[in-house]
Amino acid sequence: MEAGAVTGLAAPALRGGAGLRSAVRALVEEDRVHRDLYLSDELFELEQQHFFATTWSYLGHASQVPEAGDYLTVEIGGRPLVMVRQSDGAIRVLFNRCAHKGTRLVSEAHGNVGRHFRCPYHAWTYRLDGTPMGVPLKAGYEGTRLDACESGRGMTALSNVAVYRDFVFVKLSDDGPGFDDYFGDVLRALDNMVDRSPEGRLRIDGGCLRNVIRCNWKIYLENINDTVHPMSTHQSAVDAAHCLWKDQPADAPKPMAMEQILPFGAGYDFFDRMGGRAYPNGHSVLGIHFSIHSGYAQLPDYEAALRDVHGAERTAEILQRSPQNAVLYPSLAVKGSPQSIRVIRPLAADRTLVEAWSFRVAGAPDVLFERTQTYNRLVFSPMSVVAHDDVHLFESIQRGLHADGNPWVSLHRNFDRKELEGGTIETKGTSELLMRNQYRAWAKSMLQGMEAR
Amino acid sequence: MNPVVAAPSVATARQPASVDAALERELADFVAMEAALLDAGRYDEWLALFADDGRYWVPLQGAAQVDPISHNSLAYEDRLLLTLRVERLKNPRAHSQQPRSRCQHVLQRSIAVESTDAAADGYELRTPFLYVESRDHEPVMLTGSYRHVLVAVDGAWKIRLKRVDLLDADRSLPAIQLFI
Repeated sequence: MEAGAVTGLAAPALRGGAGLRSAVRALVEEDRVHRDLYLSDELFELEQQHFFATTWSYLGHASQVPEAGDYLTVEIGGRPLVMVRQSDGAIRVLFNRCAHKGTRLVSEAHGNVGRHFRCPYHAWTYRLDGTPMGVPLKAGYEGTRLDACESGRGMTALSNVAVYRDFVFVKLSDDGPGFDDYFGDVLRALDNMVDRSPEGRLRIDGGCLRNVIRCNWKIYLENINDTVHPMSTHQSAVDAAHCLWKDQPADAPKPMAMEQILPFGAGYDFFDRMGGRAYPNGHSVLGIHFSIHSGYAQLPDYEAALRDVHGAERTAEILQRSPQNAVLYPSLAVKGSPQSIRVIRPLAADRTLVEAWSFRVAGAPDVLFERTQTYNRLVFSPMSVVAHDDVHLFESIQRGLHADGNPWVSLHRNFDRKELEGGTIETKGTSELLMRNQYRAWAKSMLQGMEAR
Repeated sequence: MNPVVAAPSVATARQPASVDAALERELADFVAMEAALLDAGRYDEWLALFADDGRYWVPLQGAAQVDPISHNSLAYEDRLLLTLRVERLKNPRAHSQQPRSRCQHVLQRSIAVESTDAAADGYELRTPFLYVESRDHEPVMLTGSYRHVLVAVDGAWKIRLKRVDLLDADRSLPAIQLFI
């Protein structure tokens, strides 16, 4: 297709209905994607409205709201949400909006509301499940239509909320697939992390490293599956680490930081052989055979404790599987070891918030948490020497794509027509299939959302 | 190595009450000189100011943070990691340094304070600051307070700890590439 036809996205003649849908469909080809995916403000608004309504997004972890009344506020797809622990222990997610005039009922990132929500503006109150409790001057509403309309029904609760092993996901609308159908077998990546706890429990701890990057969220997300960049992108950090460590004997115990940074210099062959797996709906696991996280020091007592719970076979399976990254498209990247997640929150077409969180593994030695915090600090902090080069290049792409002459981004590496049949596909670690798979899912969910409304 | 400051008189008492004006001035001059080396990009000389067991610490909870283990930090680095940072900045393949970042530290007067470390054999100073880091004409501005623990080693002041308590350590931040 000619580029000119595609950039008609912004042309008024194509707005609305089937014309707009076909323009969106044309942005994703089998082996390349159009730059409008990253640059267009209009497309970003469409994503917020449609894509994030029909896909499941990670909201937060149940350990962040342990007691009744504990809440966590998050915006997904531009909608203000509040996750709140109920008195019966259940977790609910409500739109964070007073039914009266729209005030956010809570404005802190997290906290405890007590037994009910109370609007700071006119003191309308709601139970923890969002149902209305009371309003001042109640007599003034007698004979009015309040009770019969939305404003009389309290805070709107999301009907599509799934809590999977304490990871809380939401889907904003009733359109799109159910939770199990949407994620399928990529959920084993969460199992792998949770099963590293002899007690089967994780707890978020140690705070969150928050990065604002001036790039489209999809650039960040596709890089999570990019194994060909470390050699060139991270050369300066790896060179410096090698230079500091080169005079050490081969068997010298590595400080944790060296153990974590040096593998970034692994060659193309290493990344090729680690393998990757693409799942339906854009999900993936990179490093299905091994990864840069496979070489961390062993912990015999902890491994024995795991064997007591899981048996030898399952324990070996859990510990040997340390994928580089699992992506639960489009909002969550997971490492089983270290116990770290990244949450991707689009802010604008050219601005993305990336949060890195650490987990404590119940029943495991403190060194696991130290490993996770150290890794997140070295690699995902705004001060990380590894991330600096990544961030620079993501922001560079966001600017470079404004060039004329070629409006396309190439994703051709190892394209194989058979992959168009979909399903779960294993491939080598350096294939761009895992990125193509994200964009196929993007187009599918976008169109699904646009057709539904 | 830069001729930093005159050898300290280690025999003096260690409580702030007994830090006389002359000593406080000497320690404050050291802190100002340390920031000036960073502004000038003289990183090897800056690194040499750290004691062998010296740490550079930017806690994620700012001044409220109790320790670097139970909660994460934006940076918590020993000499090995600080050296890695400095060596990387010299590498022509440090892509994020094209163009280079520049920085300016603006310091308020340093005050000797009661040490938070009971075992400390040095002096602790508190220095409110404003830090601007700029690259490609997009400045990042940060503010907060330093806490320096300075010790005397072989007749020269050395940094055992440079703690950077940011006012908004937990907010979303762009890349901070140099040393606050």
